[in-house]
Amino acid sequence: MFAFILSRILQAVPVLLVVGFISYAMFAFVGDPVTIMLGQDYTEAQRVALVHQLGLDQPFFVQYAKYMWAALHGNFGISYRMARPVGDLIAERLPATLELSLTSAVLAVLVGVPMGVYTGIRRNAVVSRIFMIFSLLGVSLPTFLIGILLILLFSVVLGWLPSFGRGDVVHFAHWSTGFLTPLGLKSLILPAITLGLFQMTLIMRLVRAEMLEVLRSDYIKFARARGLSQRAINFGHALKNTLVPVITIIGLQIGGLVAFSIVTETVFQWPGMGLLLVQSIGVADIPVMAAYLQLIAVVFVCINLIVDLLYYAVDPRLRMDRGRATGGH
Amino acid sequence: MSLLDVQDLTVEFPTRRGVLRALDGVSFSIEAGEVLGVVGESGAGKSLTGAAIIGLLEPPGRVAGGRILLDGARIDDLPADRMRAIRGKQIGAIFQDPLTTLNPLYSIGRQLVETIQTHLRLSDRDARARAVKWLEDVGIPAARERIDAYPHEFSGGMRQRVVIALALCAEPRLVIADEPTTALDVSIQAQIIALLKNLAREHGTSVMLVTHDMGVIAETADRVAVMYAGRIAEIGPVREVVKHPAHPYSEGLMGSIPSLTHRVERLRQIDGAMPRLTAIPQGCAFNPRCEKVFDRCRVERPDLMEAGRSRAACWLYAAENAHV
Ligand SMILES: Nc1ncnc2c1ncn2[C@@H]1O[C@H](COP(=O)(O)OP(=O)(O)OP(=O)(O)O)[C@@H](O)[C@H]1O
Ligand code: SF4
Ligand SMILES: [Mg+2]
Repeated sequence: MFAFILSRILQAVPVLLVVGFISYAMFAFVGDPVTIMLGQDYTEAQRVALVHQLGLDQPFFVQYAKYMWAALHGNFGISYRMARPVGDLIAERLPATLELSLTSAVLAVLVGVPMGVYTGIRRNAVVSRIFMIFSLLGVSLPTFLIGILLILLFSVVLGWLPSFGRGDVVHFAHWSTGFLTPLGLKSLILPAITLGLFQMTLIMRLVRAEMLEVLRSDYIKFARARGLSQRAINFGHALKNTLVPVITIIGLQIGGLVAFSIVTETVFQWPGMGLLLVQSIGVADIPVMAAYLQLIAVVFVCINLIVDLLYYAVDPRLRMDRGRATGGH
Repeated sequence: MSLLDVQDLTVEFPTRRGVLRALDGVSFSIEAGEVLGVVGESGAGKSLTGAAIIGLLEPPGRVAGGRILLDGARIDDLPADRMRAIRGKQIGAIFQDPLTTLNPLYSIGRQLVETIQTHLRLSDRDARARAVKWLEDVGIPAARERIDAYPHEFSGGMRQRVVIALALCAEPRLVIADEPTTALDVSIQAQIIALLKNLAREHGTSVMLVTHDMGVIAETADRVAVMYAGRIAEIGPVREVVKHPAHPYSEGLMGSIPSLTHRVERLRQIDGAMPRLTAIPQGCAFNPRCEKVFDRCRVERPDLMEAGRSRAACWLYAAENAHV
């Protein structure tokens, strides 16, 4: 078990190094930080001083190593746009994005999985057909359109829910949460639905497809032939067998939620990292973009690790060589 | 009264191009403690017959006619939950491929205990003890330690033993074994058949044994039913059907048993193929392939009739022919 986790973490190191390299290359070669930071008017002495201060006069790999080392300590340089440490900017924005993504993910799983199970078991029921049509909308409508339609209905027409921002937040040390105030929670609803709708419908369709597949399998037929109850068959035997592929996709999709909350955050002016990224791209604020890239890589690596651990818990076939670290799926 | 009585069973599949009649008037019975062998070419309807008996026809397949009686009481029209109580408890089933019939995610012990507790009111401890006992009975070595192992940790033959334990653990009175050894290594087929036969005898369980292996039938079955194109062509005592097949189709089948005693090749193929369900010929379904075909065969369809000690669906045995 421990060896398994360790091997997984070791496998992630090259991934992070490569992403770090790309983001460093961006940092070093895209745009000219010196001109951006000094503006139009500067003396040669000022330029040399700044180049030296930024370490740009050192060999490439030394710069890369330094950059990675600093990144490891949460130091991603100074934002060109805001003239503040990128680490601080991200730390301020991270809670908003994580709370939004988490809410969307929970919503997508808690609604998507049961809907998928239902439509898989009661394939021909009217409710199933309605779910399927609804899911087509969820998969095909672009996120910004869903967001705008929701705002139109619930904020503009009905006036029930706020259309932008996080509402009231409560601060704990470096974390700000909207979970604890009524306005914070209300503000979360529309963005969370907008962000999670695609994932929810995708999960539903996937679970349905997997259920249909598993329900045709021999072991389900044999479970029926043994007289097990419908409940035991559907939830004990069938659902569990759909979990391995479903966990994979859910993992990837949750990574996607964090990475691609950009559109939703823009539509709802949600003060998270996505909004920060959009604002940074507008002015080519490379340090912020580079840091964002690395952070997303870390998120994906963590999710992958969790997915692998869940596989391990669900499927005894992966536990076969106890003690020996076996990779692969 | 027979344990199982199948009367005039008809199974149909509604399709876009009309109704396919896959089983057409199948009638037979199985006595308590008896082993009935069922043979026939692929597609003859052997598996469908078994599925109809345990009430697990895959939709859109449905029982369109006839009756199925267990101990004289109809079971083909029971509500789903009452039929469920019969499956596993009164009628067990053994499937073909042990590699796919066990749920890969649960230990064999869990699957056994779950089945036992579905049908018998036993505490967890008693159910587990019974599971161990069954694993021992089907010949799993070190059953007490192996009970928590997962299916993938067993070989194919061992898994089929587990499947047999699962099918028998609630002591059903009839077990339907649909080609239980086809997917197994030839070297262990005989062991599995012997195990099934012995357990059935010990517990007084009746067996409906579907197989392509005439050798297995000859060794194991008391009676044998030969199926052709969704109907029973011949049914009778096993020695009779094997040694003196009445129906020309059975004759052809028996002709294709490789004989160990006569090293001479007795393998004789019946020419042609079984008709598709959409193109069953008028009269006797076997007539295009039959060497003894005569006029009546192409017009009227024969039902089962007395043919020596067996019963055969063949006009050769019509009463009016007998005294011609
Ligand atoms: N879902 C279905 N739709 C239409 N026809 C079907 C369906 N399932 C089975 N059949 C038909 O029913 C007939 C009998 O099938 P069955 O599986 O009982 O054959 P079998 O005797 O068990 O053959 P095998 O030896 O290959 O197992 C076949 O001709 C098959 O084409
Ligand atoms: S009824 Fe006629 S065609 Fe059919 S098996 Fe008998 S002899 Fe052959
Ligand atoms: Mg079959």
